[in-house]
Amino acid sequence: MWTARILRAQDSRVRWKRAVHVSALLSLRGVKTNIGRYHILHGVEFDVAEGGLTMLLGRNGAGKTTTLRTIMGLWRAHEGEIHFAGRDIARLSTPDIARLGIAYVPESMAIFGDLTVQENLVLAARSAPPERKRLDWIFARFEALKRFWNLPAGNLSGGQKQMLAVARAIIEPRRLLLIDEPTKGLAPAIIVNMIAAFRELKDGESTLLVVEQNFAFARQLGDTVAVMDDGRVAHTGTMAAFAADAGLQQHLLGLGMGEHQ
Amino acid sequence: MLRSILSDDMPRSRWLAIALLAILVGLAFAPFLFPGAKSLNVAARICVFIVLAASFDLLLGYTGIVSFAHTMFFGIGAYGVAIALTRLGPGWAAVGIGIVAGLALAIALAVLIGLFSLRLRTIFFAMITLAVASAVLILASQLSAITGGEDGLNYRLPMALRPSFRPFDGFTGRLLDYYLVFFVSLALVLALLRIVNSPFGSVLMAIRENPFRAEAIGYRTVIYRTLASCIAAATATLAGALLALWSSQTSPDTTLSFDIMVDILLMVVIGGMGTMYGPVIGAVLLVLAQNYLQALVGDRWLLWLGVAFILCVYFFPTGIVGRLRRR
Repeated sequence: MWTARILRAQDSRVRWKRAVHVSALLSLRGVKTNIGRYHILHGVEFDVAEGGLTMLLGRNGAGKTTTLRTIMGLWRAHEGEIHFAGRDIARLSTPDIARLGIAYVPESMAIFGDLTVQENLVLAARSAPPERKRLDWIFARFEALKRFWNLPAGNLSGGQKQMLAVARAIIEPRRLLLIDEPTKGLAPAIIVNMIAAFRELKDGESTLLVVEQNFAFARQLGDTVAVMDDGRVAHTGTMAAFAADAGLQQHLLGLGMGEHQ
Repeated sequence: MLRSILSDDMPRSRWLAIALLAILVGLAFAPFLFPGAKSLNVAARICVFIVLAASFDLLLGYTGIVSFAHTMFFGIGAYGVAIALTRLGPGWAAVGIGIVAGLALAIALAVLIGLFSLRLRTIFFAMITLAVASAVLILASQLSAITGGEDGLNYRLPMALRPSFRPFDGFTGRLLDYYLVFFVSLALVLALLRIVNSPFGSVLMAIRENPFRAEAIGYRTVIYRTLASCIAAATATLAGALLALWSSQTSPDTTLSFDIMVDILLMVVIGGMGTMYGPVIGAVLLVLAQNYLQALVGDRWLLWLGVAFILCVYFFPTGIVGRLRRR
């Protein structure tokens, strides 16, 4: 029994080293998270390759949002390792994780409603005022933010709040963006702009890990995919291969990708 | 110019601008517009309570910290000056030492309370501040050798602030004392206005709205909340020092009592939380009501004051300033 355990541990280490070797910016190994007395994540393992866009898919309740929140330190991993750029961040506080260059856009459009659009973005820029060039780039994609620059963010529409939440994450160059359902409730025209923005980000400075229910969006953008099921990652691979495998989609998501919106 | 003085936080309501201007002119020319010892005393107390309530608004309105220890810092400032003047004699050096000692103690206590308990949920933090404030109130009453016990301390002010000081005709030390209180209060309120309209103030408001979101952006909320507590404590200490310099008498009832805590809570809530102009309006209304309502409505003035508060909170849930700005 002990021999088997040691062999398993060695195997796990070898697999982890191999994963890190393929220039993974983010690696999760055996991550378990409990919320109260509920065990939500049961040993999540996957890598996010540097410079790409990884889609985190899965049915409702599979643990996708919990995974993002655990990476961000908003919920503590009870077991396991989370490596970002070679550093274990599983025990770091949320502000320290953010200061390493990770930005998080929660599903709930986490803007500060009492602050103006401008104040929201200045706040997110943290150390220095936002660069003019960067702001112009954001305004070109999310024009409403320029129009309502001095309006309290609480007065924006749902879609505009979502734009602001994304803009806040990208107001400064970040190494890793964790984005939870960015297209939820957005008009198709805005989704097109968001796709363009994410493409430019992944081609330029950032790596993205995106949770998404809109599979048309996921298929267009994703380079790689990790599919969660019941608190574990059940499948990892390229998005192209996953999109082509209707049986796997049926098995892991319940429906073929073509049947989604 | 005006925008710069007000840190770009304009009243954004004609009626609010008129009210604030009336308060400023009324207080600036109080000795000439409302002659008499009582009215000057009321004007000076309004100045002090504007500062005290505004500093409490930084905590409650801008940062979302519910603290019942604010009068403790007020008392520390007042007792700092009172003890120094009693022990060291009526000189400016004693005033300076009293203020510095009071500020040091207040900031140290604010840091301790902050670091130990700001991680707690709001209600537990409030309970801890209540316990600490009660302990200090009891200490002030019991340590009669230092604080004068329940009776407090009566002391002489520096020569220049005494009524008998007359540098020239028509100008007394009392008038100088009033303008000292007025200008220091004005400077402190403008400084608070600058703080809440700075990037630091935006972080505080973000923390008030959702501390987890603020942390996810990279802000260490405990540090920001502790800093806000220290600034509020230091400002309340200075307000206490001003009261001590005005009244030349400091006792637990006038500086540390929970009645004062309730008063400043009402000033902030009625005036409008998180507006900085709200506490100004609230302090003026409450101090005026406490001093003149009895003459207007008779012995049951407290009952009418209570009714007025209930109506105020019912009709202006966002405070008077919130209501005026929404028009």
